[in-house]
Amino acid sequence: MLNEKNNNHQNNVVYDVKNLNLWYGDVRALKDIKLTIRENQVTAIIGPSGCGKSTFIKTLNRMVDNIPSVRTSGEVLYYGTNIFSNGIRVEELRTSVGMVFQKPNPFPKSIYENVVYGPKIHGIKDKKELFEITERSLRSASLWEEVKDRLHANAYGLSGGQQQRLCIARSLAIQPEVLLMDEPTSALDPIATTKIEELINELKKYYTIVIVTHNMQQAARISDITSFFLNGEVIETDETQKIFTNPNDKKTEDYITGKFG
Amino acid sequence: MNHHNNSDNNEKNIGLNNEGKLKTFLNKEITNKRMDNRILLDKVGRKLFSLSILFALTVLAILFYRIGAQSIGWLDLQFLTSNLSIFPEKAGIYGVIIGSFLLMAVVIPVTLILGISTAIYLEEYANKGRFQSFINVNISNLAGVPSVIFGLLGLTVFGRLLNLGSSILAGGLTLSLLVLPIVVVAGQEAIRAVPGFLRDGAYAMGATKWTTVRTVVLPSALPGILTGSILAISRAIGETAPLVVLGIPALILRVPHSIMSDFTALPIQIYYWTLDTVLTPEYANLAAATIVVLLVLLFLLNSVAIVIRNKYQRRY
Repeated sequence: MLNEKNNNHQNNVVYDVKNLNLWYGDVRALKDIKLTIRENQVTAIIGPSGCGKSTFIKTLNRMVDNIPSVRTSGEVLYYGTNIFSNGIRVEELRTSVGMVFQKPNPFPKSIYENVVYGPKIHGIKDKKELFEITERSLRSASLWEEVKDRLHANAYGLSGGQQQRLCIARSLAIQPEVLLMDEPTSALDPIATTKIEELINELKKYYTIVIVTHNMQQAARISDITSFFLNGEVIETDETQKIFTNPNDKKTEDYITGKFG
Repeated sequence: MNHHNNSDNNEKNIGLNNEGKLKTFLNKEITNKRMDNRILLDKVGRKLFSLSILFALTVLAILFYRIGAQSIGWLDLQFLTSNLSIFPEKAGIYGVIIGSFLLMAVVIPVTLILGISTAIYLEEYANKGRFQSFINVNISNLAGVPSVIFGLLGLTVFGRLLNLGSSILAGGLTLSLLVLPIVVVAGQEAIRAVPGFLRDGAYAMGATKWTTVRTVVLPSALPGILTGSILAISRAIGETAPLVVLGIPALILRVPHSIMSDFTALPIQIYYWTLDTVLTPEYANLAAATIVVLLVLLFLLNSVAIVIRNKYQRRY
């Protein structure tokens, strides 16, 4: 159901978020979020700690479902289909929307086993095919050259930056449409961060990327669209260039010039 | 040092003396004396605590010495390969060993399947709430219920109600119930120790709960689960009371051939032989020899548990 893209939907809109609210118990963490995410663009979400940016990105693939006492209202249209509607299978959504986490989280298995995890659980058994997927995914994540001689070594032997690129390769192995990245470089050193940023630049040709970051320079460097969140609300969404040079809202300006946060 | 002088109230608050410097509260002489006392106390403590472990070791050594000495000359190949007899010289525990092994053939699959499934359900599927914590508390309570009570339960349910009598199946099911809480608790702890970010990795790939449990949670939790299970099984091998309550006959001359046979197991045999020592003193030697066999079996099982734990310890 999800895979049939709604062709009538205009302007390559991937996500259309309409009045999304989210509560943790009695605490309202997201307030009437409105946001449009378009194909093959990098959308950055910035904002101070606790502004709801991580919560928001976890709503896009419904990872918030796993947190007890979460309630939502409003609509998140993914290619025109509300991801909260009854017919939606969350497993199908997540196959189409990959996610990379703040802390690299490879499985305690070999590099190869990590990459083929997704294809395997979705039923691909052919060894040759799995190997092709491994090479393609690792190449896409610019990790192939570094690990091609030790595919069967444990993933925890890799450096932090390599582990994070492995996690990206793992997500790419099931060929998602969208890649959600929740502060993917916050646990990495500057060199590893640069590599991931270069990678994001490459990947946006083929994937739609949503990235949460509290590194404003990073948002400025890699994103096309930036959305500024504050206290669970979207203050401003615009072209990144515009947000960082001439924001409409005083609060955005205060934040990007370092007056708070 | 006049503490009642109102005029130095302000200075007192920040601890200054008349010269405007910080007061010295610590008197070197008194402090040193106190320190001597503390060091002495530390030494006494060390002695006292090492005596406690010495006590435990002494008891163990006496036990080993006694049963070792008593079993010499009795624990031989003939003892291991022949069957029970009323004549001490001809008696052997072949049938008893087979009984214990068949008993484990029932206990191991039943406890592992039921125990691990229960642990998975409680940790991964059950809604975290009052009901779940109520169940958890009661499983912990079950682990503390005396084994003889489980024997009565087994007698009522398996022996009488299901008409299994005093067969290996009845004994095995009873022992399974007895050690089930241990496996469940160990399994729950092992599953809980699997970091959430590994589960997230699987869920984010579109894995269902069961796929996540099967491919990520269980492989990581396996060492903990196995260690707990082996400890539970070695407890089951050594249990006597529930089997006595089930009414295991004192002398079985036929080697058990299926799980429906009547049987006797190592701890039971030790119990009966010890009971009859008054009539036939040599039975004490037979009991001692059987104890050695049982202890060797237990040590082997515990070593396996330790090896598994060390080999599969994971770091994230």
